[in-house]
Amino acid sequence: MNKIVELKNISKIYRAGEVDVPALKDITVDINKGTFVSFIGPSGSGKTTLLNLIGALDTPTSGILKVDGAETGRLSTKKRAIFRGENIGFIFQDFNLISVLTVYENVEYPLLMVKETPREERVKIVNALLEKTGMLDQKAKYPSQLSGGQKQRVAVARALTTSPRIVLADEPTANLDHDTAFMVISLMKKMRDESGVTFIFSTHDPKIVGVVDIIHTLEDGIIMKSEEVTHG
Amino acid sequence: MGNLIKIAFRNLYRQKRRTLLTIAIISVGVIAVLLFSALSGAFKNMMVGQITDSMLGHMQIHRKGYVSSLDNLPLDKTIDAKQMKKMGEILDRIPRVEAYSKRILMGGMLSNYMETTNIKVAGINPKDESIVTPLLTSRIKKGEMLKKGEILLPELVTKGMNLKVGQSIVLIVNNVDGSVNGQNLKVAGIVESVVGPTGKYGYIHIDDAVTVLRMDKPEFSEIAIRLNKISSLDKVTRQISLEIVEMKNKEGEPIFEVHSWKELSPFYNIAKMIDLMSLFINILLVAIVLISILNVMIMAVYERIKEIGTLTAIGTLPGKIRTMFLMEGLFLGFFGSVAGSIIGIILIIATKFAHITIAFGRNENILIDPAIPFDQMALITLVSTIVAVLASLQPAIKASHMDPIEALRYS
Ligand SMILES: Nc1ncnc2c1ncn2[C@@H]1O[C@H](COP(=O)(O)OP(=O)(O)OP(=O)(O)O)[C@@H](O)[C@H]1O
Ligand SMILES: [Mg+2]
Repeated sequence: MNKIVELKNISKIYRAGEVDVPALKDITVDINKGTFVSFIGPSGSGKTTLLNLIGALDTPTSGILKVDGAETGRLSTKKRAIFRGENIGFIFQDFNLISVLTVYENVEYPLLMVKETPREERVKIVNALLEKTGMLDQKAKYPSQLSGGQKQRVAVARALTTSPRIVLADEPTANLDHDTAFMVISLMKKMRDESGVTFIFSTHDPKIVGVVDIIHTLEDGIIMKSEEVTHG
Repeated sequence: MGNLIKIAFRNLYRQKRRTLLTIAIISVGVIAVLLFSALSGAFKNMMVGQITDSMLGHMQIHRKGYVSSLDNLPLDKTIDAKQMKKMGEILDRIPRVEAYSKRILMGGMLSNYMETTNIKVAGINPKDESIVTPLLTSRIKKGEMLKKGEILLPELVTKGMNLKVGQSIVLIVNNVDGSVNGQNLKVAGIVESVVGPTGKYGYIHIDDAVTVLRMDKPEFSEIAIRLNKISSLDKVTRQISLEIVEMKNKEGEPIFEVHSWKELSPFYNIAKMIDLMSLFINILLVAIVLISILNVMIMAVYERIKEIGTLTAIGTLPGKIRTMFLMEGLFLGFFGSVAGSIIGIILIIATKFAHITIAFGRNENILIDPAIPFDQMALITLVSTIVAVLASLQPAIKASHMDPIEALRYS
């Protein structure tokens, strides 16, 4: 299997005033294409920091970071924005849908504003994703009219519209109850199965990791263990 | 772009109350500016019209130095017949000059055989003078326009001496070499005084002026000029000035000079004050738009930090985020000034129908006729919109430069 994410001796140090806060300490890990990967660990262990690095939102303090072959840490802010638009889909803990746009328009947004796509194609892509995420009948609603689980389903659809190489989800289920959380994770898994996109998500809830391929456990900025889960 | 406009619109709609409030503030500013401009403009036009049309004319030509010694009405600083002929040719050649009136000004004594009083008199050709100062006839309160052998007397003189129309008087003047001469004249009418340099003058026929001053050939004190359109005042003043400087004395210095009403009447300063106040009100409007839009846009950015972080994270380029906020500011400024313009027009039309009159000088019930300043309205809308966009610039740039990580952490 080929690697889509490579982290070699990655460190990330935040400067908080006078003190340095080491959030990631010499992390080396690879993620293979098409896998369904989870980072778990307690609060403050560095999950968000790691995902921000993989998502080209942030740059490492030291080490080599390659995402789909590109050393995103060396790109300018603008180049990283373009890189994200082309290669990464994001799902957020707080759903982060655009409140003034309808369900349909939220999913359509990246195709209009980030990866300009002709209208016909747009309609096809958006409707197909809404269908797959089970949100087609809600497409005229605004985010405020949806439940948490529905919002996160829309967010999953939005993350996939531009056919990204990787979808990153930082604690996508933290604001959902257990059943809904499981439903969202299953949806993500289903989307992975259908599209072959690499899904990387973080959680500190060990109960919902049953469906993942690989679990990396983070603690204090270090990967304590990595286990492959055998399904069957 | 279409999508950015849509998002900007929806965001404005989301904050309905705030949006309406901002639009209302800008409208009120625009209404104030429009009303002030329309009314002050109307007042200014009325005032200028009163001054130029009742005595001054739009501009005047004199021999150099005459205006500065106007109080003495010197009879040796004149335009002689030959020079007048040349001057006439120049003025006839300029199509913007509607008419001109030659005047001989003099100071003297008025006697009704019992009492005497000082008086200043302008010798005029009634036909020319009526065209150059069309309000002169309406200033005649009793009697009518003078003919040869008659005099129009200023109100104050007739009151003091209890003179009536039709009565006979003697006008006594010093001529240029100092000898005294008098002439019998009949009172043709009583003319209302107006504020300004020659506002309390009496009028006699120019031929009588020549006779009483014992001139061999007429020599004129001034030429009052009326233009077809007062808007071309500065241009024509310059043009005439350029032409008459060619008439030089033996020392090679220009003999004559031209002054527009602005230089002759103290009211020009009032007109300038009105313009200055207009300018201040306009600056105030700019400040209102600037502050209200800046305020609203800073709030808009502040309350949408997380949303901005989301848009940036999923790859929206800074330029688009900036445009999105600039659009919001643009719409606020545009709709505010358009709403203000519409209400402004309605109010201006209402004041037209309200027939607002005022008293100016000694004239009462002068109708103020506010004009709808269309080009000014377009300019106000344009400027307000541009100012609104400029005011949004700082918040918009701030939004576009936001670090997505920080923005997403914000709660
Ligand atoms: N911008 C920042 N400035 C300073 N310190 C930071 C910053 N972001 C994170 N940290 C610190 O880095 C460490 C790792 O934080 P991170 O957010 O990656 O943890 P996490 O595993 O995502 O935690 P949680 O489960 O609470 O989201 C923490 O000690 C945190 O306080
Ligand atoms: Mg986190």
